[in-house]
Amino acid sequence: MLFQDVIFWILSVGGVAAALGVVLLKDIFRAALLLVVVFLAISGHFFLLAAEFLGVVQILIYAGAISILIIFAIMLTRDVQRGNLPNRLQIPAVILPVLLLSALIFVIVETDWNLVAALPNSENIVDQAFENTSFKLAKLLMEDYALAFGAAGVLLLASIIGALSLVRER
Amino acid sequence: MDLERFLVFSAVIFAIGLYGALARRNVITVLMGLELMFNAVTVSAVAMSRYVVSGRVLTDSYSTSEAALQTLLTGQVFALFIIVVAAAEIALGLGIVIAFYRSLETVDVSQANLMRR
Repeated sequence: MLFQDVIFWILSVGGVAAALGVVLLKDIFRAALLLVVVFLAISGHFFLLAAEFLGVVQILIYAGAISILIIFAIMLTRDVQRGNLPNRLQIPAVILPVLLLSALIFVIVETDWNLVAALPNSENIVDQAFENTSFKLAKLLMEDYALAFGAAGVLLLASIIGALSLVRER
Repeated sequence: MDLERFLVFSAVIFAIGLYGALARRNVITVLMGLELMFNAVTVSAVAMSRYVVSGRVLTDSYSTSEAALQTLLTGQVFALFIIVVAAAEIALGLGIVIAFYRSLETVDVSQANLMRR
């Protein structure tokens, strides 16, 4: 348990510091590179939470594809020199997230969660449920969530066509 | 405590992303803040999937372990769908950024009040 705690704190402190860098750094290119660090820290959290398939998908899609897209968009727009200016609404933009964060932490601490650890022989259940998750996820996607799976494919196709028609030269 | 610390981490990331989306002028930073918020929600969905079962499972006495086994992976499926939606959103969002930059020669969101030239 101690080893997992150490990994958790390293990933959390690193992830939060990198996320602060993403929104506070003036150089937007460095901010985009720090975003990759946040994505990698979050994929480490997925491995800690017994979601190894999601951890690999996170590295492939977020740290691989989405960050490359963002870096390309930064290089295609020429405002890099002007950097990452704040707008005029600084005070409400700080107050709203702080209020939201305190409300969320209050709710998280106060709620009486239905923990799986309360079940009899919970260790057994957790071991059984989270072994070979890729296989079980595939089965769930193709049987219980087949409609949503197809709809996700249509959504991706529509977004690709939309993006192509938006950036087409006229 | 195990569940709560993951949820607090995701709440902190969500708040930072919200600040980035609200307080910055560059459209690309706004999109990066949105991505941070998507990731925070994904982490909390996976943490719920690992540690929480539905209340029905706890109260029903018969075949508890079967029911728990059936519901425990639901959060991971939802996290996968969140990732799909985020990928579609970022592709479209960056397309809009490029079109916006082409017509106005800037990426400042406070200049964005027209949808055509």
